[in-house]
Amino acid sequence: MLKKIIVTGFVLLTFVVYSIHQRGDTTPLVAQLSQTTMPNTTNTPSASNNTTVSTPSTTYKDGNYTGSTADAYYGYIQVRAIISGGKITDVQFLQHPNDRGTSVEINNYAMPILKQQAIQVQSAQVDGVSGASDTSQAFIQSLGDALQQAKA
Amino acid sequence: MPVTIMCPDGAIEGSELESIFDFLRDVDEKYSPYKDTSDVANINRKELDEQNYSQELKSILEIADKTKKETDGYFDVWHNGTFDPSGIVKGWAIGQAARLLRAHTSDFYIEIAGDIQVSGESLSGKDWKIGIRNPFDRTQNIAVVELSNSAIATSGTAIRGQHIYNPKTDEPIGDEVVSLSVITKDIVDADRIATAAFAMGPDGIKFIESLDGYEAYMVDKNKMATQTTNWHTYEAES
Repeated sequence: MLKKIIVTGFVLLTFVVYSIHQRGDTTPLVAQLSQTTMPNTTNTPSASNNTTVSTPSTTYKDGNYTGSTADAYYGYIQVRAIISGGKITDVQFLQHPNDRGTSVEINNYAMPILKQQAIQVQSAQVDGVSGASDTSQAFIQSLGDALQQAKA
Repeated sequence: MPVTIMCPDGAIEGSELESIFDFLRDVDEKYSPYKDTSDVANINRKELDEQNYSQELKSILEIADKTKKETDGYFDVWHNGTFDPSGIVKGWAIGQAARLLRAHTSDFYIEIAGDIQVSGESLSGKDWKIGIRNPFDRTQNIAVVELSNSAIATSGTAIRGQHIYNPKTDEPIGDEVVSLSVITKDIVDADRIATAAFAMGPDGIKFIESLDGYEAYMVDKNKMATQTTNWHTYEAES
């Protein structure tokens, strides 16, 4: 059964080219979800890093809403939003990404001991951020669909 | 996927940027497995024979073949009879867009969904400062690197607790690694190697250690970071 999920390891390459006008569509959703900011995307030819996030005031109808299946690069994601008292009280993952690769035989390389340490939060100003955002994008997409259903 | 382009010297006009975005939309049309009219969909319906592949598709497949060999057969654009070149296309698309940008300026940053190619200097006149996102909290960075004429790609997943299985054996291969960032000169290489090495689990970083010209930073589920020997040479002074 799990294998079925794995073998459907499709990868979708969807370029959502965010224009300045479109940015407003996703950012409030993230704010709603995590109460935090996310790195904004911009296609303007300047290096300005706008981190303003608007706070949505939408209330939702109580109930459980299942979002569309969204591709997460490493597999599919589907989320269910639980709305209670007009607010999101829980978000459940119905499909988790599974890596689609096969294992690889790794030879015993002559290895130095690699430096290891606990991760530490860095506060330095940066120009950009690298991260596996695919899952999050799919998450936003599926949750957005669920919340659309929850609107009056 | 979000696309970000920054050109601090303003040497590129809006219309020229638009043509780069048009190119990226076109890539999506051709290589998305989910678009009925894409080359990928046509190949999977057996409506596009190999002799009719475009020159562009052939060049993408060459990169895929090279990666398959380099990763001991791990990386494969064919999965259980389904053709899916996406593991290559994202890096390739950034690389092509970077080429278009280079015609206008030597200072730029281009990112598609967390994979980045930079060239020259940032607005501050220094190397580009790139954060590595905390896989446990996407609002935080856990490392900062300074790059010029280099690329960084991160593979991983933002969701904890998922299980990763080896489809050949149905055995779990572990969920130890949550994030793997790879730096090298070219985004095509950073992307394909990060993708392949991530699924190798904890051995992925050893694989990268064995490669010349690649450095990597791995985060495991215990919030421990492991770095390759020369990763620190990219790290910003904090």
